[in-house]
Amino acid sequence: MNAAVTKLSGAERAPDTKPSVLSVEELEISVRTSEGPRVLVQDLSFDLARGETLAIAGESGSGKSLTSLAIMGLLPPPAVHVSGGRIRLGEADLLSLSERRMRALRGARVAMIFQEPMTSLNPVLTIGRQLIEAIEAHETLSRREVRARAIEALRAVRMSQPEARLKQYPHELSGGMRQRVMIAMAIALRPDVLIADEPTTALDVTVQREVLELLRDLQRDLGTAVILITHDMGVVAEMADRVVVMQAGRMVEQGPVQEIFAAPKEPYTRALLAAVPRMGRGEGAGAPSTAVPVARVEGLRVRFDIRGGILNRPIHAVHAVAGVSFEIRAGETFSLVGESGCGKSTIAKALTGLVPFEGLLEVAGRKLESGQRPEKAFRRGVQMIFQDPMASLDPRMRVGDLVAEPLVIHGIGSAHEQRAEVETLFERVGLERDQLDRYPHEFSGGQRQRICIARALALRPRLIIADESVSALDVSVQARVLELLKTLKAEFGIAYLFISHDMAVVENVSDRVAVMRLGQIVEMGTRAQLFGDPRHPYTRQLIAAVPVPDPTRVLPPFSRPQGEVPSPVLRRGTEPQIEALADIGGGHMVASFE
Amino acid sequence: MAAYVFRRLIVSVLILLGVSFITFFLLYALPADPVRQIAGRSATAQTVENIRQQLGLDQPLLVQYWRYLTGLVQGDLGRSYLQRTDVGTLIAARLPASLLLMAGAIGCELVLGLTMGVIAALKRGTATDQSLMIASFVGVSAPQFVVGLLLLYVFAVQLGWFPIGGYGTWAHLVLPSLTLGIMGSGWYSRMMRSSMVDVLRADYIRTARAKGLTRRRVILRHALPNAILPVIAMIGIDIGIFMGGIVVVESVFGWPGIGQLAWQAIQRVDIPIIMGVTLVSACAIVLGNLLADLVTPLIDPRIKLR
Repeated sequence: MNAAVTKLSGAERAPDTKPSVLSVEELEISVRTSEGPRVLVQDLSFDLARGETLAIAGESGSGKSLTSLAIMGLLPPPAVHVSGGRIRLGEADLLSLSERRMRALRGARVAMIFQEPMTSLNPVLTIGRQLIEAIEAHETLSRREVRARAIEALRAVRMSQPEARLKQYPHELSGGMRQRVMIAMAIALRPDVLIADEPTTALDVTVQREVLELLRDLQRDLGTAVILITHDMGVVAEMADRVVVMQAGRMVEQGPVQEIFAAPKEPYTRALLAAVPRMGRGEGAGAPSTAVPVARVEGLRVRFDIRGGILNRPIHAVHAVAGVSFEIRAGETFSLVGESGCGKSTIAKALTGLVPFEGLLEVAGRKLESGQRPEKAFRRGVQMIFQDPMASLDPRMRVGDLVAEPLVIHGIGSAHEQRAEVETLFERVGLERDQLDRYPHEFSGGQRQRICIARALALRPRLIIADESVSALDVSVQARVLELLKTLKAEFGIAYLFISHDMAVVENVSDRVAVMRLGQIVEMGTRAQLFGDPRHPYTRQLIAAVPVPDPTRVLPPFSRPQGEVPSPVLRRGTEPQIEALADIGGGHMVASFE
Repeated sequence: MAAYVFRRLIVSVLILLGVSFITFFLLYALPADPVRQIAGRSATAQTVENIRQQLGLDQPLLVQYWRYLTGLVQGDLGRSYLQRTDVGTLIAARLPASLLLMAGAIGCELVLGLTMGVIAALKRGTATDQSLMIASFVGVSAPQFVVGLLLLYVFAVQLGWFPIGGYGTWAHLVLPSLTLGIMGSGWYSRMMRSSMVDVLRADYIRTARAKGLTRRRVILRHALPNAILPVIAMIGIDIGIFMGGIVVVESVFGWPGIGQLAWQAIQRVDIPIIMGVTLVSACAIVLGNLLADLVTPLIDPRIKLR
């Protein structure tokens, strides 16, 4: 079947027969385990034409990253190895090359950029050194020439003041800037093939937009063929010419991007596309505005001191949350969206009494004021579900005990009643009773998040804070967990404070939404108001930056405001200027802007 | 930076004050009476009393401590009861030998420990790795007097490569440094191995390989500087461990340092010398830690001293 698909796509490209720069034939990757070899990727074939962008899309465990490492010859030795098939780069058969000859190609003819710009650059070496050594590894040039090439590469990725950047260390740059440096390193030698493994997954949405545009422009200018590995169908739709869909180590489908999106042949592709959250799919008018508030936040401020000077006294302060007020009504999903560092998670921490704050908080009729430590009863009213389900479950405790723990701490019911309650909760979140005595590592990511949800429900809270709770999950799992949250909301009469960076997910689940920037709310309203009629430029910018899973869409022009991004760090004593929110009708609140 | 050093120095002075206080009261709480040691067994009660008055040991302890502190501030460490010399002079005469020994030991630790650790990490899971780790385990657990005597027997007595004891030439330095440093090399090799194993898994190592760098360059340029960071912090702590070690090593090799001085003073309850050596050691530990903290930002640009 695969051969047929390959032929088909070859035939379709026939009119402009571009030469293939990279071809993968019946690739098989295995890992040696104590129980013998296990196949991780099998029977994968595709061709990459000059100047083309091929997206390899799939969920975690589909083998897409392994494939890219196999092409680079960087599979983690000695256990994981290519056990069959061929990879050709032009005339060279990559799998039969010696390490020495492979090294000569690596970085020069095939280059790669990785998912985590924060950890992919060496923290103790300057940008310049890392960039220059990439060039020197392949070309014999004078120091001056190498430096000129490095500066040219930084300029190509649109970094300002490239000469000064050479002397900077990675930690002095933001995530987006670091990813630019990675791209600069990868394109400095004008490779034939650039492999981008989830290049924007760790970035904020507006930064993602910039990096994607940069990649597209570079590809156009340099004619590099790009393999884009991603789980994000929005990114696929915007970037790819052709798509390979992978699942559990096998290729499911391959074809031009329009075809894959318009008429997916395989059920898996259809299911994957259906699970992708899309803007404009949100439904329901939300809770009536007359409903009683279950949570109220008034004039919330959270400040973290930065110490310095001879006496190590606080000199500066990070104003993580600067005067935020909102209320959440019974049965409502209220979302906070914004980019990293905007203070959305700090609000969650304040509401659960985990950071000192100023202002007034009220949950389920219990007040908490500045400087007060929350009493148990207050904590009982609000529970939290975190982003990483594995990290938020103690690996040495049985999952049944983990879910029962809140009941034990609050002294609710006898041991027998607690057990019965945990069993009920387990069934409610879609797990089996007989899984109670297992340990967290025996569950999948989605199941673990269900366990966290059961734990949050145990105390029957009035408010559940879901802080990026579905961000780490694959789309299909994400869709099911969101569905579960929705059912539970109706059943238990809880309200959600939903915190996310993902505009599409927020648009799908929320009744009301607040957009945050620099510790303040810039716009707040019902889902329809905010997404249908965004007023604040920042809200508009966020919405425009979201990749849309529709290859036929013409990209709206995107412009990021120039100049310095304002900082939430101020000298101690200076207070941030708080923009007042004005009601422009029907509870749609917008901060003033010029 | 200057502010940081200043603040650290102030804290250091407080630490030294605390050390002097605790040591002083502990020493005088001992049942051993220094005056008896000075006067000898046949001394009359009257003589003993006279000496006690002469040394000011009849005063309340707090008064004695206050006197000691006032002397200390003026740079006076007091006089030895038995050697009739200023403690400061005695220590100054012997300190260079001990510092030299410590420097030798640190050198030995770094060279041996780091090399073993790096090789073990690169050959992880192989027989080489296992033998190196067993060797480091033996190094950590072997008592120093045993190691010292063993080295003496093999390299000085049997092979005759190095002198049996004493002080003066570089050859004299080798065996004592090795003895003192071998335990630390064991620790360092284990630390270096685990740190290196972690670093080799890091994303930036993968990036370096993806650039097409040679293995040698990836290891030396990218892995090593990152892996060595936790080890540097350890060196500061190590100086404290050395202070215990030099007492043993200096007696085994007849090395004329402050360790021997302290050992003799302890046997004879010569409290001013014990106090002096303790304070000098405490100084060395505090300064060693400060130095280690000052070196770290030179390697790791993310660390800012404030």
